[in-house]
Amino acid sequence: MYRYDEFDQTLVDERVAQFRGQVKRRLSGELTEEQFRPLRLMNGLYLQLHAYMLRVAIPYGTLASKQMRMLAHIARKYDKGYGHFTTRQNIQYNWPKLHEVPDLLADLATVEMHAIQTSGNCIRNVTSDQFAGVAATELEDPRVYCEIIRQWSTFHPEFSFLPRKFKIAVTGAPDDRAAVKVHDIGLFLRRGETGEIGFEVIVGGGLGRTPVIGKTIREFLPKQHLLSYLEAILRVYNMLGRRDNLYKARIKILVNSVGAEEFARLVEEEWQHLKDGPLHLPQEEIARIHAYFEPPQYESLPNDDEELRSRKLSEPEFGQWVDTNVAEHKVPGYAIVNISLKPIGGIPGDIEADQMDVVADLAEKFSLDELRATHEQNLVLPNVKLSDLYAVWQGLKEAGLATANLGLISDMITCPGLDYCNLANARSIPVAQRISERFADIKRQKDVGELKLKISGCINACGHHHVGNIGILGVDKKGTEFYQITLGGSATEEAAVGKILGPAFAYDDVVDAVEKVVSTYVDIREDDETFNQTVARVGIKPFKEKLYAAH
Amino acid sequence: MPLIKNNQLIDDNWVRWDGSSPLAGDVIVSLEVWNEHKAQLMDHDGAVGVQLASDQAPDLIQQDLSHLDLVALEFPAFKDGRAFSYARLLRERFGFAGEVRAVGDVLRDQAFFMLRCGFDAFEVADATALKGFLEALGEFTFVYQPSTDNRRSVVANRHATSVAAE
Repeated sequence: MYRYDEFDQTLVDERVAQFRGQVKRRLSGELTEEQFRPLRLMNGLYLQLHAYMLRVAIPYGTLASKQMRMLAHIARKYDKGYGHFTTRQNIQYNWPKLHEVPDLLADLATVEMHAIQTSGNCIRNVTSDQFAGVAATELEDPRVYCEIIRQWSTFHPEFSFLPRKFKIAVTGAPDDRAAVKVHDIGLFLRRGETGEIGFEVIVGGGLGRTPVIGKTIREFLPKQHLLSYLEAILRVYNMLGRRDNLYKARIKILVNSVGAEEFARLVEEEWQHLKDGPLHLPQEEIARIHAYFEPPQYESLPNDDEELRSRKLSEPEFGQWVDTNVAEHKVPGYAIVNISLKPIGGIPGDIEADQMDVVADLAEKFSLDELRATHEQNLVLPNVKLSDLYAVWQGLKEAGLATANLGLISDMITCPGLDYCNLANARSIPVAQRISERFADIKRQKDVGELKLKISGCINACGHHHVGNIGILGVDKKGTEFYQITLGGSATEEAAVGKILGPAFAYDDVVDAVEKVVSTYVDIREDDETFNQTVARVGIKPFKEKLYAAH
Repeated sequence: MPLIKNNQLIDDNWVRWDGSSPLAGDVIVSLEVWNEHKAQLMDHDGAVGVQLASDQAPDLIQQDLSHLDLVALEFPAFKDGRAFSYARLLRERFGFAGEVRAVGDVLRDQAFFMLRCGFDAFEVADATALKGFLEALGEFTFVYQPSTDNRRSVVANRHATSVAAE
């Protein structure tokens, strides 16, 4: 894991002091709320429906157990005893008091954490694959480059007042778990023609009102040019991105309006001036950051644990959890454990302080002190020995964290919706809870198979509904909540935007509608066809006929 | 309007000239006035500066920079950050050594970034702004990025530290 040195720590400490001053000026009345707004937004502090909300950055989703314990402490001391993991691998607290936020940030700084650039029109927290460093198919650990980008983008003097927010994701594996094609910039680590590793650069993806799959503007970028090339993209965007309309200000709109080829040309032209300048990344610097992400000392273990096999048989509940929530690790004898934050009927992504402590303890004891947050609002223990899986499961089960539903229909992404958010048109959480309860039987979910359901409470699409296999979008029709359903979306390397099924459903009818979609799929799928494969084969018509037949 | 330059409040000797009155003293003109009265302004004894709106990139005056002593860049609203890029282009690409002045919605909390991008003068709303500006400029000891101000970046610092330790 990356560790702060004196430079990183000083910067974060000075940020706390700066924000303390800004809060003081606000509380004394020297600053009006309007003047304070841009300052707090640079620091992840939003004013929501009922209270302030603070978003804490978890760079590329990686946490040490002591950091998780601090997040638990903060939930207890400054909030109502819980936190909410977001689709950007961050955590949000919904009830902090303004005058306490500087102390909260000071506490965070003691474990090398902060809320810098978790909001505002700047380069946001860089996200990555939650299996980074442990995925068998990975070319290289993407977090090395995430960290390099994190430092470059922190308080970037030129790019702190962009036309709109800016999100960068990096992945090192061909199977994309970081949704890189729906980011402002997505970087895929690739091997070039000479065997050298570099980046495929994808630009202009995004969700929101105008969902767009990003376009490749450079097939291969050598590593040493990473920052100069990013700076060129950002400069072109900063100067040419629209500023007259909030909804047309993202880079995807610029790329679409000038065309990907012309955009690539503009970037290349700008880059010619920058490429061998001071942003050129020396090999020594890459190696220095790389050293922080060296694989831990793994033991040599057999890739088969006899006790595990017999446990799976003797305790079917454990066996089911292993089959659903445990993924293959690149090192024999180890496994990746996914912790679902989607208990049946629960609030997706929410976790209580005591549960955070349990997860921290398990990470310390069984996962080489490391854990991850995922963009699908779950947690990961990346380094668990096969022989420890049972103990981990027991610990999770006791804490109510052993729901065996990873990748199944009840493992859904959900935005906070109208229960918290002042942009929302409709509630999301109760819809998620009702769907989850409808499909409570895990066996039934397993029969349906992998299915990504994603719910947004408004067109801003924080719940990624466009890229859900089944997407649900809450809309407001004359003061009543309605829900539009889309089918066939995907956030993987085969990214696709879902198609709208038809007229929206009322709050009371949406769960029945989802159930009908699922049963239609189960009826018509062939062999091992996934949901999206079936939709690709038959189109949305058969679903439409089932759903709207009675209407 | 009060002007902050070189970390102090100074008297602003520059005046705006719109082309209609007699030309006298050090003047700042819009891009349109510059283009219309270029010959007259080039012959002018006083200093001349051009003020660019936020949708006017500095390559529009790139060929004329040798005749100019000042370029003013507008911030119509604090969140319109185009001028940060313009300032860097003026300094780093076009080698402009005259004054680069921030005008418009110039926030104390942006001063640090502006200075890093090559601005060296700031028109502020009132004289009391100086204290806040000076505070804001000193809020961070280290910077991660190389930029116009040539401050040593953290990467360069680290390298220097490791060389010293060897």
